[in-house]
Amino acid sequence: MTHASSLRSWGLAAAGALCVAGVLLAPQVTDTFALLALTVYLVMAMLALSLAFVWGFGGILCFGQAAFFGLGAYAYAIGAINFGPGVAALLLSVAVPAVFAALLGYFMFYGRISDVYLGVITLAVTLILFNLANSTSGSEYRIGEALLGGFNGIPSIPTLTLPGHDSPLEPEGLFRLVGLLLIAAYVGLRLLLRTRFGQVVVAVRENERRAELLGYDARLHKLLAFALGGAIAGLAGCLYANWGAFVNPGVFSLAQSAQIIIWVIVGGRGTLIGPMIGCVGIQWMVTALGGQQTVDTGLVLGVVLAAFVMLIPRGIAPTVMGWFAPRARPVATGQERVR
Amino acid sequence: MSAPLLQTRRLGVSFGGVHAVREVDFDLAEGELRCLIGPNGAGKSTFFKMLSGQQLPDRGEVFFRGRRISGLAAHQIARLGIGIKTQVPSVFDGLDVLQNLHLAALRAQPSERAARAEAHAVLERVGLAGRGDARVGELAHGQRQWVELGMILASRPALVLLDEPAAGMTHHEVRKTAELIREINRASTVVVVEHDMAFIRMIAGRVTVFNRGEVLAEGSFDDVVSDPRVRDAYLGNKPIHSSNQETDHA
Amino acid sequence: MDLAAIFSIEVVGAIATLVLMSIGLAVVFGMMKIINLAHGEFMMLGGYVAILATNRFGVPIWLSMLVLAPLVTGLFGVLVERLLVRHLYGRMIDTMLATWGLSLALVGIATMVFGNTTVGISSPLPGFAIGRFQGSGYTLFVIAVAVAVLAGLWLLFRFTDLGLCARASMQNAAMAAALGANPGRIYTLTFGFGAALSGLGGAVLAPVSGVIPTIGASYIAKAFITVIGGGSAVITGNLAASGLFGAVSQAVTFATTPVFGEVALLVAAVLLIRLLPQGITGRFFKKSI
Repeated sequence: MTHASSLRSWGLAAAGALCVAGVLLAPQVTDTFALLALTVYLVMAMLALSLAFVWGFGGILCFGQAAFFGLGAYAYAIGAINFGPGVAALLLSVAVPAVFAALLGYFMFYGRISDVYLGVITLAVTLILFNLANSTSGSEYRIGEALLGGFNGIPSIPTLTLPGHDSPLEPEGLFRLVGLLLIAAYVGLRLLLRTRFGQVVVAVRENERRAELLGYDARLHKLLAFALGGAIAGLAGCLYANWGAFVNPGVFSLAQSAQIIIWVIVGGRGTLIGPMIGCVGIQWMVTALGGQQTVDTGLVLGVVLAAFVMLIPRGIAPTVMGWFAPRARPVATGQERVR
Repeated sequence: MSAPLLQTRRLGVSFGGVHAVREVDFDLAEGELRCLIGPNGAGKSTFFKMLSGQQLPDRGEVFFRGRRISGLAAHQIARLGIGIKTQVPSVFDGLDVLQNLHLAALRAQPSERAARAEAHAVLERVGLAGRGDARVGELAHGQRQWVELGMILASRPALVLLDEPAAGMTHHEVRKTAELIREINRASTVVVVEHDMAFIRMIAGRVTVFNRGEVLAEGSFDDVVSDPRVRDAYLGNKPIHSSNQETDHA
Repeated sequence: MDLAAIFSIEVVGAIATLVLMSIGLAVVFGMMKIINLAHGEFMMLGGYVAILATNRFGVPIWLSMLVLAPLVTGLFGVLVERLLVRHLYGRMIDTMLATWGLSLALVGIATMVFGNTTVGISSPLPGFAIGRFQGSGYTLFVIAVAVAVLAGLWLLFRFTDLGLCARASMQNAAMAAALGANPGRIYTLTFGFGAALSGLGGAVLAPVSGVIPTIGASYIAKAFITVIGGGSAVITGNLAASGLFGAVSQAVTFATTPVFGEVALLVAAVLLIRLLPQGITGRFFKKSI
């Protein structure tokens, strides 16, 4: 390993250890209310991380990342109600969106669909799921014991019970689980990007034709990256269902997909940490704005998005990193010229 | 006589009513450095694209080491040991030079460390030592072409297909490119599509002349430039310097 | 027989609705290669102008729908182009995102001004009967407006100097500029014109479902999908895609429920893009307007 990259590894390990300590200790110093808020911030940060990977590193602009989030949430709910809130339900919530993403990815990438056309398809898919989920009111719509509930959703979802424990997770335990899983996902992705697979995914984003001319199967790499992003989004969905004990079709909505994209744009496409920070920042802002009546939240979000696209297109994290290390890693902004 | 490395039999493609390439039989021996020349619209670039898998033929076959490759996907053809340089430089503009070379070297080397070493070695050979950390998108046109040639070197292919490698280069850059191609030829068989006759004189082994979708003539550089059919169709009838005179590339 | 007649009218009506919903977006996409995700809010604006002008200010409904709404929305479109869109030329994805931000902001402003209730206006045309079945007179009006818009656009592109300049700029902006056309001005006019068409669509469709600040969301997805499915030829592409999706959606709605009709439209769109990645007019009718 070169000197620079081994330094980076130590830095990553140290930061990771610090975060783990923070996650384990935080419940001692915060009250339950704040802890619950923090938990959902971290869950959404995981969702942001999934799109950060798929879009920033895979170059796949997915307008429907909420589809995998929602599938994960519903899969956990159905699994937990049918065979208990254990590891099986959690694995289901990761597997279902991953398989769905793999199929959708096969459909799109092996058909050489890209750019805005990919955006249309992924948008349509999340709307299809939204419409389907909305129309499942009535007692005939059930999977096993779980009533799908239509636009009302599924209430009273049992919380996870970890193996070896008797009772389901308390807020403190859930917070720790979410925090640790988020750190694991982040570190895992960072390490993955260093492997040959990760490097090729980035190469495919940069120039798909050249990657193929070197002998790399671009379609397969995109499919796998897309499926991995779907799996992480699904895990976030599972944790969300645990946090609220409730899930409804809103998880599939256009508004939810838009939010995820805004987090990535504001936080910084091309980095993993940026979108997570952008996500927490924006969620905090939305909560703060939700209290007052003068200015509509949507207005603020819209202005923020437009302003960032026009004025700070690289997002917060790369801009800040640029101040400290002008010769930092190149970041793709995807400013394609249209003929 | 050993079997040819690359072979086409009755290869052809048409676009609407235009027969871009008619029915071309082509043989390439191992170790050759072959140039494809001809006027615009002669079909040489289209023929080249059918060799590299970027264009699907309508008729005929392409064989590499006796195995049919026409119709295979681009990445499958590359994996068989064919390295390709496209007409417009196709490199990873957002990554730096070493990363570009590294990605190519990964194809031929067993480990990350070996690939990294190979990337550094190739960096030297293409004359870009010291610019390893530069973003390829920021390099000058000639240097970007050398990065692409470097990637081909690093991936150690058996057959190299180059589409206009000297296009848009200065006099000095062209000489350097010719050296690089001769070096690539030491380990690989090379096919070059080019317009620049002086450049071809610097590198050529055999030359194949295309005209109107067919092979018009084939032979050594001297034979081809003095062939009256070739002069009529392409080179014009003004006297051309023969290859043993030292001529300035101007 | 009567059922077939009513069914046909409903299908054509669904197609016409899709046309009006998406023609504004299609003009802007076809001419400038821009996806304006605030298109739904332009339609909302047109709807509010029509309803308010008629209900609050007593303007005759035809005037407010067919003249006032497009005018106001068109001017607003010119403003948006000058302030926002013009800085992002050539960057399709960034334009999509910035206009998405604009869309969120406009919904926010509308919610602040109008609140969360639906304002409506009653359909100004009576129903009619074919045999035992009731038809909506307003559907016939929607069809008439859609036909008029498409015909007018075709005439504009084909026979006027402005249309010619616009088509030239669309094909090769630099060359058109070298010949004396002002691409910047043409783009502003085109975007404004597209906005006006959106406003017209929103106004004409307002009596159907009323207007509420969030109505843009129900329009934009279908419009976006129809425009991309149609491909880059403005009129032919829009007509072809609207025809296909409208027919599929209406047929499925008749057989099952409106929700499944929606789903059928979305599925048809997914399949279409997969088979024809450049839209219908990327492969068929390539030379058409």
